[in-house]
Amino acid sequence: MKILVCISNVPDTTTKIKFTNNGTSFDKTDVQWIINPWDELALTRAMDIKDASGGAIESVTVINVGLADSEPTIRKALAIGADKGIRINAEPKDSYFVAAQLAEVLKKESFDIILCGIESSDFNSSCTGGMLSELLDVPSVSSVSFLNIENGQVKIKREIDGGNESVSTSVPFVGIVQKGIAIEPRIPSMRGIMSARTKPLQVFEPVQVDALVEYVNYELPQPKSACKKIEPENVKELVNLLHNEAKLI
Amino acid sequence: MENKKILKSGEFLVEETEAKNVFIPEEFNEEQKMIAQTCQDFLETEIYPKLDEIDTGKHEIMVAALKKAGELGLLGIAVPEEYNGFGQNFVTQMLAAETIGAGYSFSVAFMAHSGIGTLPIAYYGNDEQRKKYVSKLATGELIGAYCLTEPNAGSDANSGKTQAKLSEDGKHYIMNGQKMWITNAGFADLQTVFAKIDNDRCLSAFIVERNYPGVVINVDEKKMGIKGSSTAQIFYNDVKVPVENLVGARGEGFRVALTILHMGRIKLGANVLGAAKKAINDSVRYANERKQFGVLISTFGAIKHKLAEQVIKTFAIESAVYRVSSDIDDLIEQNKKSGMDKGRVSIEAISHYAVEAAILKVYSSEVLDFVVDEAVQIYGGMGYSAEMTVEKGYRDSRINRIFEGTNEINRLLVSDTAMKKAMKGEFDLFGIAEKLSANLSNIAEKKNSNENYYAEKKRYIRNFKKVALLAINAATKKFDKKLISEQEVLNNISDIMMEIYIGESTLLRVEKLETLKGNEGVKIYKDMLDVLVFDSAEKVRKSAVDAFSAIEDNVDKLINAVNDLTDVLSVNIKNARRRVADKLIEDNKYKF
Repeated sequence: MKILVCISNVPDTTTKIKFTNNGTSFDKTDVQWIINPWDELALTRAMDIKDASGGAIESVTVINVGLADSEPTIRKALAIGADKGIRINAEPKDSYFVAAQLAEVLKKESFDIILCGIESSDFNSSCTGGMLSELLDVPSVSSVSFLNIENGQVKIKREIDGGNESVSTSVPFVGIVQKGIAIEPRIPSMRGIMSARTKPLQVFEPVQVDALVEYVNYELPQPKSACKKIEPENVKELVNLLHNEAKLI
Repeated sequence: MENKKILKSGEFLVEETEAKNVFIPEEFNEEQKMIAQTCQDFLETEIYPKLDEIDTGKHEIMVAALKKAGELGLLGIAVPEEYNGFGQNFVTQMLAAETIGAGYSFSVAFMAHSGIGTLPIAYYGNDEQRKKYVSKLATGELIGAYCLTEPNAGSDANSGKTQAKLSEDGKHYIMNGQKMWITNAGFADLQTVFAKIDNDRCLSAFIVERNYPGVVINVDEKKMGIKGSSTAQIFYNDVKVPVENLVGARGEGFRVALTILHMGRIKLGANVLGAAKKAINDSVRYANERKQFGVLISTFGAIKHKLAEQVIKTFAIESAVYRVSSDIDDLIEQNKKSGMDKGRVSIEAISHYAVEAAILKVYSSEVLDFVVDEAVQIYGGMGYSAEMTVEKGYRDSRINRIFEGTNEINRLLVSDTAMKKAMKGEFDLFGIAEKLSANLSNIAEKKNSNENYYAEKKRYIRNFKKVALLAINAATKKFDKKLISEQEVLNNISDIMMEIYIGESTLLRVEKLETLKGNEGVKIYKDMLDVLVFDSAEKVRKSAVDAFSAIEDNVDKLINAVNDLTDVLSVNIKNARRRVADKLIEDNKYKF
């Protein structure tokens, strides 16, 4: 069996987000890039499954749609333990564009288990996994919080309201994973870091795909306004402010 | 960096270095950044959640953390690949040391194990010793310690009384003695112990396993800080140490001890840097949350001043730390080509930079004490609470001015070693100093009409160097061989030298940075340099005036010369500091 983990290259989650060009583009100056946290957990689970599989899982590959500047992120995934990296040489435009590029490559390269994080921490569209399964015409399972291979069978648990749901599926399939899939991401070891430079990183040129969504404008959330303190006895003033200033009641 | 002249240690006093020939931290490659990130991730997952537990001093917690670091390969970063290590260059070792340096007590245990606990055997041991011990130290299968200090042999290490006598059958050394302040003593499997064979003048180094009969380890000392690190006395009562456990040659131990201390000092510079950045991050986060008088305290000028000073001093030591680290790597490469013993190329290169090692040790540990002190102050009353990491950082910092050779010893070493090297003919110092001293009237290099920003700053540094040379000349003329007893004057000279090296390193970094970030991107760094050099001028002046007042000869003329040489154009350093602080406040972490 072969596992593929789709990874997004996203700004570190502590990045102070800034926009340029009148709020039409994201300011990448001094931004540190990381593997999308959900994808990193998916990769961690993939590695755990492979390590426990006794050779049944042949390889774990990571794939990314991005320009050359996303290669450090791919190599980080290789350092974590992935055996091979693939980069599709295009700036990701929207979820459909990414899914279509991935699907094109996956028509040539076959995998049994395809994992995506449920969303990316930058655009949070939560669409790519579903679109990819549709384009590949394979089953997809979303909100995967547990995944294992038992006797050659894929066992999945999904988090649903008030409990868990157990699912099994045929391969190939797309698993769209939630945070519970692994507890902590794996830290790349020195051996992993050293071996990352010798692992294959294949680059595919993109196909012509039109994005379905155009990002028109970005706005930062309004800064929180100052806290107003009212004496406990002054209920009238509280009601007045809730009515007229906060307009909550 | 082709055609770069490798300077002798201390030669920076009489030579200029070009910006293109220094390495700056902005040039770390992807792999180095990934290693640093692994160290950071390790701290965040394995150490930070357990800080209080670690500080209870329970050995099993620290041992487990060290083993975990071993699994990740972090204990073998400096160890050659043939002994289960990763053979990383010195800059990478320093970057890892910096990152782990933010790990409070863990950092001390980590450095004691992977540095002084492992490297004496890796550098000076024979192949069998390396295979048997180093390959297990690199993975964390064994934990190491370094046993040099004795109750009556601290700074004067060679006066140790621990004895090793060859047994009648010639198979063992029988070791008797006592060591103290031994880091990792409580759980180390392996000790590198320094003792004198028979009545030798110099120490020899031995590998002693913890479970050899006669090795008695005392309970841990109760300490002011780094409470999670095990520190204890070790007694050796007729311990039979196999003869094959002698490291290096008989009588070579003192050299081993000294060179390993040079390495320890340089690495301490990196450790301290990481601890300083952590304290700054804590400081700014708190200042960005704490409100008084209805506003965040980070909006106050007095707090901005503190934050900016923390950053500027830290940026300055960072510049020097990586400048010398890369110089060491260059020398290692050169040593390799000269066919030097493979095990010793690194340590020879590291100990070559004895002056710079002492500078980093003293200056950086004093910067950290400043930074953690201000961190507590920014927290106000909360900073005094043992629940805050700044309180821990404050206590943990203090040891850095004491271990790896006290700052008193190291401060003397800065000027004394440079002068000794010059006396040995490694470079001309006294000739230049004498020539300079002959004509005091026009000694200061004046502003050139078309000098640019960097040329101006370089002129200041050149003038500061002249101050150092004048002081060296006057002091050696006056005290001659008795100068070593005039420690106060030597310290004045050392203080001037430190300002020069740190200032020059920062200047060269900013100049090189402009080639990477452009004129606009480097503005904030110029602000830092402005403040640093402005303050340095005053410190250099004060140290020189103190020295010349003590020397008494030709005082007025020399002080006039010093005033000329430390005359720097005024800049609005309040605004410069505010801009530095504003960037820190905006980023909410040290991101320079």
